[in-house]
Formats: sequence, structure tokens, C-alpha cells
Amino acid sequence: MSGINDFAFKMGTVNGTGSASANGLLMQAIFRMGIPVTGKNLFPSNIQGLPTWYEIRVSKDGYTARPADVDLVVAINPASYAKDIATVRAGGVVLYDNSAPLDPTLHRNDVTFLGVPFGRMCNEAFVKDRDRTLLRNMMYAGTLCALLALDMAIPEQMLAEKFGKKPKVLEANIKAIRLGHDYAREHFACPLPFHLERMQATDNAILMDGNTAVALGALYAGATVGAWYPITPATGVMEQFKALCEQYRVDPATGLHRYAIMQAEDELAAAGIVIGAGWAGARAFTNTSGPGISLMQEFIGLAYYTDIPAVFVDVQRCGPATGMPTRTQQADLLSLAYASHGDTKHPILFPANPHECFSMTVQAFDLAERFQTPIFVASDLDIGMNDWMVPRLEWDDAYRPDRGKVLDAEELAQLPRFSRYRDVDGDGIAARTLPGVGAKGAYFVRGSGHDQHAAYTEESAPYQEVVDRLARKFAHAAEAVPQPAFHLQDDADIGIVCLGSGDAAVREAADMLREQGIGVNVMRIRGFPFGAAVRAFLDAHERIFVVEQNRDAQLRALLAVELGVPRDAMTPILDYAGLPLTAATVVDGVTHHLVGATA
Amino acid sequence: MTSIAKPPVSHPSARVNALGLTLRDYEGGMSTLCAGCGHDSVTAAIVQATWELALPPHRAAKMSGIGCSSKTTAYFMKQSHGFNSVHGRMPSVTSGAAAANRALTYIGVSGDGDSLSIGLGQLSHAIRRNVNMLYVLENNGVYGLTKGQFSASADIGSTSKKGEANEQAPIDPVLLALTLGATFVARSFSGDKRQLVPILKAGLAHNGFAIVDVISPCVTFNDHEGSTKSYAYTRAHEREEVHADFVPLTRAITMEEAASGVSEVPLHLGASVRLHATSSDYDPTSRASAYAHVAACHARGELATGLLFVDESSRDMHLLMHTVEAPLVDLPFEQLCPGRAALDALMDEYR
Repeated sequence: MSGINDFAFKMGTVNGTGSASANGLLMQAIFRMGIPVTGKNLFPSNIQGLPTWYEIRVSKDGYTARPADVDLVVAINPASYAKDIATVRAGGVVLYDNSAPLDPTLHRNDVTFLGVPFGRMCNEAFVKDRDRTLLRNMMYAGTLCALLALDMAIPEQMLAEKFGKKPKVLEANIKAIRLGHDYAREHFACPLPFHLERMQATDNAILMDGNTAVALGALYAGATVGAWYPITPATGVMEQFKALCEQYRVDPATGLHRYAIMQAEDELAAAGIVIGAGWAGARAFTNTSGPGISLMQEFIGLAYYTDIPAVFVDVQRCGPATGMPTRTQQADLLSLAYASHGDTKHPILFPANPHECFSMTVQAFDLAERFQTPIFVASDLDIGMNDWMVPRLEWDDAYRPDRGKVLDAEELAQLPRFSRYRDVDGDGIAARTLPGVGAKGAYFVRGSGHDQHAAYTEESAPYQEVVDRLARKFAHAAEAVPQPAFHLQDDADIGIVCLGSGDAAVREAADMLREQGIGVNVMRIRGFPFGAAVRAFLDAHERIFVVEQNRDAQLRALLAVELGVPRDAMTPILDYAGLPLTAATVVDGVTHHLVGATA
Repeated sequence: MTSIAKPPVSHPSARVNALGLTLRDYEGGMSTLCAGCGHDSVTAAIVQATWELALPPHRAAKMSGIGCSSKTTAYFMKQSHGFNSVHGRMPSVTSGAAAANRALTYIGVSGDGDSLSIGLGQLSHAIRRNVNMLYVLENNGVYGLTKGQFSASADIGSTSKKGEANEQAPIDPVLLALTLGATFVARSFSGDKRQLVPILKAGLAHNGFAIVDVISPCVTFNDHEGSTKSYAYTRAHEREEVHADFVPLTRAITMEEAASGVSEVPLHLGASVRLHATSSDYDPTSRASAYAHVAACHARGELATGLLFVDESSRDMHLLMHTVEAPLVDLPFEQLCPGRAALDALMDEYR
């Protein structure tokens, strides 16, 4: 890195002071210059006053993974000066607020320090305390525009779009961004050696976070009931769903809602609401994170054992217990795959980015109703809460929901007898009825032992018949869930398996390894249970690495258990530090192991 | 033990309701509860009430959690869908079902363990949500299926079968419901069908959450001397302040019936409940006086029964959520999916 349209920079600020707006503005402005860009918000579990960071990576080649190091740091928060200054690569730049002198012990000889009196300039230019705090962010944005050759017309246009109805606010923001810009032009050689130049690479792209994309998927799939309990980092899903429903699902004649969003008393109730609604025939979903999944276990088992469709979106966060709620991980894989007591297993979809969050959420509703079972969408904080550059979302108006096998009154009338759990078609999926359809379709849902007629049983054979059918149903799901995505090279004999948000870093790592003469093929798992293609890839490579963001190599464990591949034939590359994966981590993991193997 | 279906026998001269259905049409599977269990009487009262109301069985949904009481939803209305969910979580399942399909009649049956211990939070929040349902709490002060532990409704000093006295304060579901803003609160006794059936009918017609606490003795583990949830104790200490008659929509009210000492509260869809006050100063539309009455009875060692509080001006869950009149499950997909053009336009906002 480090060149035209190929660099990264980072802002170290204080959370709750409005820096997110300025940082988002910068990223979006770069995007509007047609240059591929990624932003990662690294924020504390706190409302106001703690250090927070925002990293922006600019990549003409379209790499979107988190950068391993940064070329420039904006050090605005004295509390994190030491850490921020230390993260800049040698030869990089530290842009800091020199309103107060910098502690000499923080000085580095291998980086350039550019001081701008942001605080003093704000105090001179603005009167209100709030403005002095908020507009300092816009001021450093202006300085960055000058240093990085970001066309000022773009942020100014964006500010006009945002504050068009508030001329005084607009005027203050423009003043601040220009002050920062002009100071840099007067005092520094602009632009820096690494800077921006217009491209045409974002014309068909959007910037969107995964939580919004999930909400859009639920809206377009026709979900009518959303139940949830607020939890970071999943909250945005239901808040966006609510905003979208208010826009698209209000009856124009009456003002009444074609949806029900229920903030439940806890995650248990959220799961219960979803299952009740799914049983009654609605497309229903909940959004949660690891702690919520723990609380929902019993209900998940009930829905599994009673064949009730439900969609659970798990925006994974870091750690057991409360863990690090604002950090990312892929550590719920095992707790999702086998959620609940007794013999249970569940299909999981693994989106890698917001684009897939949209399509896979729609697919999750289809699969839930087709297979009459809980379906999990395993997103994570990095996907869910960061803006990603992805292709524009598209919709086919020919789409119709797959409601699965639901018998209506006419179909019921033609049956000699309705048996809720009888496997007529041999695919493990029995036809269901919805409450209200008619006396002939009535049946009794029970989490206790039941036979194929839904009648209570404590007899071995009828019990086993039902759970064996559920196992057949699960096996059939392997080819119905999203199939793996491959990133292949000629003559590569090393295979890397990854999933979810690790995709960008792993594909970038594959390119870096190729430059080192190491050819690798990448398979990104997109669904569980694993289909035949997954097994074929593992069998086709002599050496397999499994890259995932948890401590215990959970994806490797699933591959070993479900496919029978020897565990030790797959080498784990694990990153469970809580930050989005970098390509360097993957490259280091592979090369370290290869060196170790040849030594 | 597997379930037992009752033989479909009906006497040709059996009375039929407005739908042409006999009482037997509202029955379910054979009860597997102990002989003499109060719950079977409650089941019979539910059968009677739904038959008298001519509730179309297939338009009702029977909801329950786990426990002896929760098993009883299998023993009535075999032509209805039923949902025996997880312990203490029936309120959330019913909330979801009712959100999806508001056109069905939801009948929930729970117990004191299911509602007041493991499910206390869910019960409380279903009350806050004002889910449109009948919630029958079959209250016997004891865990039967696990053989005789005290429940959270056991009174201080009430003894177990082995003679141990309960020392923790009881949770009274009636006082709890009144505190949480429940819009229909009643208490009855499984042994008093004359009182219970009209209350159940009124609860079914109520537009919102109707909770009926039914003292329903456990003959096996809590019907001995020393128990305050036995048949004998309940009969001796029951105090009915207000007797309720259910008046269906179709029946005109005559002057003779509207006598003094009788007040009428209109219910959903034109029906009403007629309240016969046995003492002149009781006002079942006042939450404060209902609470005071129940608490005063408790202090005297009496059990206040009857329709204790009703508020028909309240807004049920769907009114609170501003949902459309049609059940959400009946909305055509075209009304739910904004379509391609809308998405295309929306994408421009993400650039």
C-alpha cells in the first residue's frame, strides 16, 4: 500500500462528540470520487467520553478488508495519542491538534507530524460549546481534504444535501471544513504523496451496512412480524426494519400498519413471538447477538421439534458472557448449529457482506417455510454495523415467497385424514395447516413426545420416527442452503476455507500469497449443512487451512463432525482479537505454517 | 402412556348451539389428570362456555405452557389448533400468533408455576401488551407433575402433604394483574361452575387481556387439612362480591332483568356482562376499589371471587400497534413487497 488511491488512514477521537458524521462524510466523499473505499468503526461499549476510532481504506484494486497498518493518523483525542501515534507505519503522517503542545515522549523520528490548532481555531470561529466540539470534526475533515486531494465540492455538496433545511447549521459546517482545508493549504505541501485521484469504479455500487441490508431483505421477503430485544450489534436491524416499514408498509387510506414490530421483554419472549407468529402463518423474524442466542435456546429446540418456521438473525459479537459487545467475532457457529438441548441441528446462512445480507435474508424466509424449521442468518458486527461498498441491491419482481407445504381448506377436504407429521413425499417435510383453516386441519403442537399424527406419545418407535424424519429433512437442506463461493487459481494445491466477513481478507491474502509464489484456492462456506461441493473441495486439496474468527476453530470442528474429515488434516488460522480480519493475518498464518512444515 | 381419543358418541337428542354443534363437539381428548382434579372441572366449564357462545371451534386457538394445567388444552375443543409450548412462555407465543392472525380467539390455559414463577415475566408483559386473549390460570398452590413442591401462590403457613409449612409470601395473580393494568380481572373456583362459566364467556368477549384466576385444587398433593388451596378451604373462605351474567349480543335486555343492584358493562362486539353486586359499595369498573377489596378479603383470610375488574375502554395490542384490520397473514404479498422500482430508487440514497 501507500500510493495514489492506495492507502489507509485512521481518526482517533472521543465517542459521543460527533466524529462519526465527519468520518462518514469523508468515506462517502471518496466513494463519490469513484474510488473503492471501506470504513471500519472501532468504537467502545459506551455512550460518551471514551476513545473511538474510524479507519478508512482506499484501494484502487477494490480490496475491502481492514488494513494491517495505516499511512496517516488523525490524533484528536489526547487520551489515545500514544496508541494512535504508535500505529502509523514508518514514513507515515500524524495529523494532530497542536492547540496544546504534544508530550515530547510521544515523538517519533520516523513519521511526519503535522500540527493544526483545531481546538483554538474552533474556539475563535464558533461561540457555542456544542459547535466548538462538533465542528472540530468537520475541521479535520477539511484538512484531510487538502492533504489527500479530496475534491472539496463533494463534501460541500453532501453537507448541502444533509443540512439543506437548516441554513445556519450548513453555514457553520462549511465554515469549519474550509477553515481546516485552508489551514492545510497554507501550512503544508498538499497533497501528500499518497492521495486521491478520481476513478470510475463505484458507479454500480452502494455504501450500506449489513443490518440495513437484513432489514431490507425482511421487508422484501414479506416479513410481517418482527420481535426483538435491543442488543449491540443487532439493534440496527429492527430499527431499520421499522423505518422501512414506516416508509413502505403503511396503508395510505387508513394510516394503519401492515406489520407488527414487538420489542419484547427479553430474548426468550422475542423467540416465542416469532415462533407463535410463524405457527400462525406469518413470516416472522428476530434479530439478536450471542447472548440473545443463549437465551433463546429452549424455544429454538421447540421450533425444531415441532416443525415451525422462524428466522433468527445473529449479528455476532465478541466473546462469551457479555464479552466485548462492540467487537466482532465468528464465535457462535457451534451454538447456532446445535442450538438447544437434545438432538437438534439447524441450517445457517453465512453472508459475507451487506449484499449477501439482503439476498440471504430473503432466502432464509423461503428456507424457513419450505423446511418448516428455524433458519439462522449468521452476520457479525463488522458486516452489520460498518458501511461496505457493495454492488447495488437488485430485486426481481417475479419473486414469490416459497410458503412450503401448507394445506388450504380445499386440499384438506380431499384428504382422508390430516396427519401433521407424516412424511408423504420422502423429503422429511410434512404438510402443515395454519390455525383457522378448518376442523379437519386442526392439530396440537406439543414439545413433548409426539407421533406422526401429532398425538402425545412416550412410545419408542413413534418418537424415533419423528426425529428420524427431522434428520432426513436436515440432510435435504444441505443442497438448498447457499452453496460455497470459490476463488480458484491454476495448479494450486493449497485450499483455504473461510466464511462470512473473512471473505475480503482471505481473497486479498490469496493475491498476496500468489505474489510470493504460493498458489491457493479459496472456498468460502455460505451455508450449513455442508453440501457435496464442500466435501469435494476438502478432498481435492492436500493441505487445507481453515480461517475463522474464534478461538476454538469452530468451523473446522463442524467440518470434521459433519463431513468426517480428520480434524488434524485441516490447519486452523484463528483471529479472535475482536477486530475485522486483515489479509496480513491470513498470509502470516499460511506462510508460518509452510515454513514450519519445510523446516 | 399415549393419548386417548374419546369415542365420538353423541345422543341424537343432544341440544345444539347456534352453530348446530353439541356440547360433545367442544370436548377434546380424554383427560389423563387425577380423578377429582380441579382442572377437569375448569375444562368442563370452558367446554360449556365456548359451546354456549357458539364459538366456531376451528376459529379458536388453544395455548398453553407446561404443567398439569397446560395439558388440559388437549382435553377441550379437539377441532381447534392447539399449542403446548415451553414452560412459562405461552404468553409470548400467543402474542406472536395474535399479532399474525388477529381474527382467531385465543384461549390460554396456565398454572401457578407456569404463570407466577417461571413465567411471571411473560405474564406481566402480556398484560402490558394487552393481548386479546382469555388467560385461565388454574391455581392450586403446588407443583403436581414434580410431586408436591410449593408454588409461588402458596399462602404463608399453608402446609405441604408432608406437613412442611410454606414461609414465603404468595404472589396473588389478581393483585398482580390489577397493578400491571390488566383490563379484565376475575377470580373463581373450579367447584363453582355457576360462577365460572359466565366469567369465562365474558372474558372471551373482552377485547384485550382477560385473566381469570381459578382456584383449582390438586387432589393428590394439596387437598389436605392445612392447605389453603383445598376444596374444603376454598369453599369455606370464598367470598363472591359480584356475580356476573354474560349477555350475548343477540338477546334483548328486559326491564325485569335490569333490576336495581345490577349494573351492565358492554363488552366487545355488542355483548355485555351483567354484574349482580352482593354488597352495595363495590364498583368493578374501579381498579382502586377492586384492589382494596381483594386485599381486604385477603387480610380477613377470605378469598375474593367474581368478576373483580373490567375496563372496556382499554386499547388492545393491535390498537396499540396500529395494525391493519385484516389479519397480517391474509395480506397479499403485493401489499408487503415494495418491488423493484422502489428498491432502485432507494439505492440512490446509499451513494
